[in-house]
Amino acid sequence: MATKKFLYVNRKAPHGSIYALESLEVVLIAAAFEQDVSLAFVDDGVYQLLQNQDTGKLGSKNFSPTYKALGDYDVSKIYVDQESLEQRGLNKQDLMPLVYEDEDDDWAEKDSIHVVSSTELAEIIEQQDVILNF
Amino acid sequence: MKFGILVNEGPYTHQASDSAYHFTAAALRAGHEIVRVFFYHDGVNNGTRLSVPPQDDRNISERWSALAEAHEVELILCVAAAQRRGLLDGDEAKLAGKDSDNMAPGFQISGLGQLIDAGIQADRLIVFGD
Repeated sequence: MATKKFLYVNRKAPHGSIYALESLEVVLIAAAFEQDVSLAFVDDGVYQLLQNQDTGKLGSKNFSPTYKALGDYDVSKIYVDQESLEQRGLNKQDLMPLVYEDEDDDWAEKDSIHVVSSTELAEIIEQQDVILNF
Repeated sequence: MKFGILVNEGPYTHQASDSAYHFTAAALRAGHEIVRVFFYHDGVNNGTRLSVPPQDDRNISERWSALAEAHEVELILCVAAAQRRGLLDGDEAKLAGKDSDNMAPGFQISGLGQLIDAGIQADRLIVFGD
């Protein structure tokens, strides 16, 4: 099967609409297809990766722990737009630590999250074959 | 060219499903190939046969069904998204113990793998959404 570069662009807040949850479901299913997968978080999408989310009072499912499993699904390229973080008074320390084990480096645990500028993100987008916006 | 189409919004509420339809129909008229139309999020609501829009308005699900019949276009609803929103084919309805199905002709229920496969097979995957 052909391998393509897939980028999932997450633009919406994690709760209040279903886009974030259903985007994550696509990413997990897609892992079985062994494509070259990257995730981008921009605009309110950066809130999807916030630590200590609690949806108890919303009565909706808190699916945020699932992001921590992405490393096990070989999803290790997670790009977060720096400008979107800054606009919301956030920095990388506010985000969940997401890691993967690098098979080319004796399974060393490495950081999956890369905070990138809009220019760098534009370059990443330019390199993709398939872009899915959620 | 081979196009894959992803429809992420419901009919009537949002322009996305209209735009997806017009794009798909125009691409077929121009001789392009449509690998698959995949419906996700509220987009699965495009596949109900129980919609009764006013007579002076377009009938969005019938329009998709007619396109599928004329051009053998695959119209796929994501099973997980469809089940959440009450879009069921005969088998799903029976399995879930429901008294009716509501799938419009030409639509089928399948998994998200069909979306990824469309991305792999197509030259371009076009996303219609918010």
